[in-house]
Formats: sequence, C-alpha cells, structure tokens
Amino acid sequence: MIYLEHYLFLAAIIFTIGVLGIFFNKKNVIIILMSIELILLSVNINLISFSVFLNDISGQIFAMLTLTVAAAEAAIGLAILVVFYRNLGSIEVSKINKLKG
Amino acid sequence: MENNLINIFFVPEVSLAILAIACLMYGLFSKNNSFNKATNFATLSLIFISFLVYFDFTTNFALFENFFSNTAFTKFFKILTILGAAASLIISKNYFIDTKINRFEIPTLLLFSTLGMMLMISSKNLMMMYLAIELQSLSLYVVASIKRNSLESAESGVKYFILGALSSGILLYGFSLVYGFTGQTSFDGIYISLSQLDKLPIGLVFGLVFILVGLAFKVSAVPFHMWTPDVYEGAPTSITAFFAIVPKLAAIALIFRFCLEPFNNFYFEWSQVIFFLSLASMFLGAIAAIAQKSIKRLLAYSSIGHVGYVLIALVAASDQGIRSVSIYMFIYLIMNVSVFAILLSLKKSDKYVEKIDQLSGLSKTNPVVSVSLAIIMLSMAGIPPFIGFFGKFYIFIAAIESQQYILAILGVLASVISAFYYLRIIKGMYFDEAIEGENFDFTINNQAKAILLILLFIITFFIFYPSLLTGIVSGISLI
Repeated sequence: MIYLEHYLFLAAIIFTIGVLGIFFNKKNVIIILMSIELILLSVNINLISFSVFLNDISGQIFAMLTLTVAAAEAAIGLAILVVFYRNLGSIEVSKINKLKG
Repeated sequence: MENNLINIFFVPEVSLAILAIACLMYGLFSKNNSFNKATNFATLSLIFISFLVYFDFTTNFALFENFFSNTAFTKFFKILTILGAAASLIISKNYFIDTKINRFEIPTLLLFSTLGMMLMISSKNLMMMYLAIELQSLSLYVVASIKRNSLESAESGVKYFILGALSSGILLYGFSLVYGFTGQTSFDGIYISLSQLDKLPIGLVFGLVFILVGLAFKVSAVPFHMWTPDVYEGAPTSITAFFAIVPKLAAIALIFRFCLEPFNNFYFEWSQVIFFLSLASMFLGAIAAIAQKSIKRLLAYSSIGHVGYVLIALVAASDQGIRSVSIYMFIYLIMNVSVFAILLSLKKSDKYVEKIDQLSGLSKTNPVVSVSLAIIMLSMAGIPPFIGFFGKFYIFIAAIESQQYILAILGVLASVISAFYYLRIIKGMYFDEAIEGENFDFTINNQAKAILLILLFIITFFIFYPSLLTGIVSGISLI
C-alpha cells in the first residue's frame, strides 16, 4: 500500500536532485534548465498527492497553474540562452564569468 | 456604486492589464518612433492607474474578495510602485534612445511587470501570490537581457533567470508544504487553521523556511543576494534603474504581509530567520560595497544594505514598524530615482559614467550636478538634515519600542560603515584630479529634470515638514 509519506518522500528526493543539479553542474546550462523543471515537477507531485489525500480540489488547480507557468518559464529561459549563445558561442557554465567583482 | 460591468474597468489591475495590451498594439502598429510613442503611452497609463488606486473603486467586487486584500498598506505600496515605475520610465527614456535599445517591447514588458507587482502587493492567496511573482519576474528576465548584442546583458539575463527560477521553485515547494499541512491556500484560511495549533509541526516549519528563502531571493537579502550585483552591473543602466527602484517595493510589501498575516501567531519561528537575514544584509551590504569600482555594483550592495534595515522593522512587528517601513520605502524610492536620474544623463567622453573613478573632477566642470549627487549620497548614508536620516531614524525607533535593542545598535554600526563608501564617491568628485582631455556631458530631458529637481527639493527640505509623510502613513496598520 502506498501512503502519503511515500509520495512526499519521492517529491523530496526529486527536489533535492534538482537543487543539487543546479549547484554541482559544471558543464551545460541546459542541465540547469532541466534541474529547474525537476524542482517544479517535485512541487507538482507534492501538490497533487496532498490534494488527493486531503480530498480538496485546490491543490490540483494549483498544479495546473504551476505546469503552465513552468512551460512559459522554460520558453523564456531557452530564449535568453539563445541570446547568450549568439554572443559567446558557447553555453558552458564555467564561461558565465564576465561579471564579477 | 453599483456592481455593473463597466465598473470592472475601473479596477486598477484590470485596467492596467488592458492598457498594457493596448501599449503592445500601439507600439506594434505605429510605423515610426514606436519606442517614443509606447513609452509616453505607458507613462500616462501608469499615472492614470495611480489615480485609480488612490480613488479606489475595487472594494465593491465580491469576486475578488478572497484573492485580493485592499488595505491602506497595500494602497500605499501600490501607489509607490506605480509612481516608481513611471518615474523610472521617464528618467531612462533618453538613455534607451541613445544606446539604441529603443524597442517598444520594453515599456510594454515593464507595464506587465508592474501589473505583476501590484498583484503581488495585494495577493491574499498562495496561488495568486505565485502567479503574481512569476508575472513580474518573467517580464524582468526578458528586460535584463534586452540588449541582445551585449555579452554582459545576456549574461546578467542568464544569471537572473537561473537564480530567479530556483527561488520560485523553492518558494513553490514551501507553498506545497503549507498547503498540505493546513489544507488551505488563502491567507485567512491558513491563519485560521494555524490558530488551532500551539506549535508548528515540522512540515510547516520547513514550508515556512522554504517560503522565506524564496522571498529573501526576491528582496535580495543576504545570503540570497548573489544575483543582485551581477544583474545590476550587466543589465543596461536604464533597466538597472527599474530593478533598483520598483521590484524591491513589491517584494518587501509581500514579505511583510506574508509574515504578519498568515503566520502572525508564530512570530518566534519566522522572526529568527528574518533577524539573521537583516543582520547579514546590513553588514554584508556595508562591507562588500567598500571594494567596488563600478557605481552600479555599489548601488546593488547599497540596496542590499537598505533591505537589511527594512527587515529590522519586520522583526519589530508592530504598527510603528509597518509605518516606519512605509516611510523608509518612500525615501528609498526618492533617493534611487534621483541617483539614477543623474547616472542616466551623465556622460564622459561620449560614454555613460559607470565607474567610480570616472567621476573624478566632476565638481570643477559641473558644480550643480556634483552638489546634487553629493546631497543624494549624504542622504543615502543617513546623514541629517537630509531625508535618508529620517528613514533610518523611524526604523530604529520602531526597533527600540519593540525591545529589539541588538538590531538597533548593530543597525547604527552598519550605517556608520556604509557611510564610508558613499563618502568615497563625494571624495572622488571633489578632491580627485580629473584626467586631461576628457569632458563631462550632462544632457537630460525636461521631464526628467523636473522630477530630479522636485526630488532634490524633497530630499533637502524634508526636515522642515516631516509630519507631511508621517501624516500620510499614520493610517497604515498591521492588517
């Protein structure tokens, strides 16, 4: 039998993978975008499982809104990445270092 | 007033959404000079919206009751936000045209992000709050990287996007936990279901901390500040002006409302987090700014420091604290608009001034500009008789009245440290020798000049009539 805790545990693991993916990734900005999607996915798992176990619809509505916004966010992120690539010719994380002080 | 359909157009948010779309269409279909037309349109519509907020037609709409709060606090902050956005559009118009990033999308996107900020300030529901934050930050990610042929601008866009998206993710995870453990998404509902508890369960503590971390990213409080200097430096200065002036107001209002409305009963839990954020922001803002060479980075650290002072008022958590933060944000708005109005018009050898040592010798050639800049810097450092002193003064009074002596004392210390780097700019202008063969050029359009003069007048002569502002904010209370 699968209980609420299992879903929450799964969501927590996915969230942690997402956050670690952002911080320990040295190669490619696309991986960071994927990690952000993972974080939002974990939130959706959380929201929907809470919604089912609380017998309350608003969590599912929240999850739909999150999905929509996540799509818009990914589109904007990719667009910014294209602009960046045109200027530098590379999207390596270690090369995002022009601004510091 | 009756609830007929026409009235819905006088709801400021609805009206602003329509005007923003109209601005997009106007820019798209005007053959030439579309940037100028769209900017003027956007400025006028912002001023119109500020009147709508002031005269307040929204209260009749039952439809919005559970999603919007409309109190004196939200009204004050909304008007500040709108006027700040309008002022930043006016002062940056020349810069946009001069650096050839005059696209009509910029005023449109800024209108949309202002709409997001208005919704943020008055949101009363977790879903509403999330959507509003995303509306404002998605627009801002785009404008940060709007100068497409510049690597700095693109890089600042990438950094802002990654950290902003991470912070929204963390915030959202916190929302999901709060929703799961209370079963509610509205602030009132959360408050009611929390008031039956003596102690926060561990899940809610995690949720609260995640949400505070997400909000700290948005107000750029230390240790979640690392995007601020880079984004401020990389983005075009006119966009930096908008970043420095407007989104801070909305995020500060939101963090205050979030802590004091749903989690009001659990002061002990969130005040520890805010206490740390406040101390760290004040000191890091003061110390890290000392080593900076770029004025924009310096202003970024200065804004981090200002956020630290504002969060003192949140730890104080009293009516006096709320009033003092309203005063402080008003003063912050005035000082930032005026400093950016100068930065956006001051050129040296046909390049806009961005480094501190480029200012050397300014007092010889442009005495009026350097006196104005000196007044603003003294005011930011909090030296009486200028207006900046009163912001800090009311904050520290609020802290002392709530027995937050440690924060008040350390706040004064941090303020002394931060005076150093503001004075360094003044020293550069007055005592350093100018480099031969480089001339300053100060060109400013008439509206921006009018704004600058009015603000300088307020900064200098506020001391004679402080009750004007304290009278306005005296109606603002906790809920």
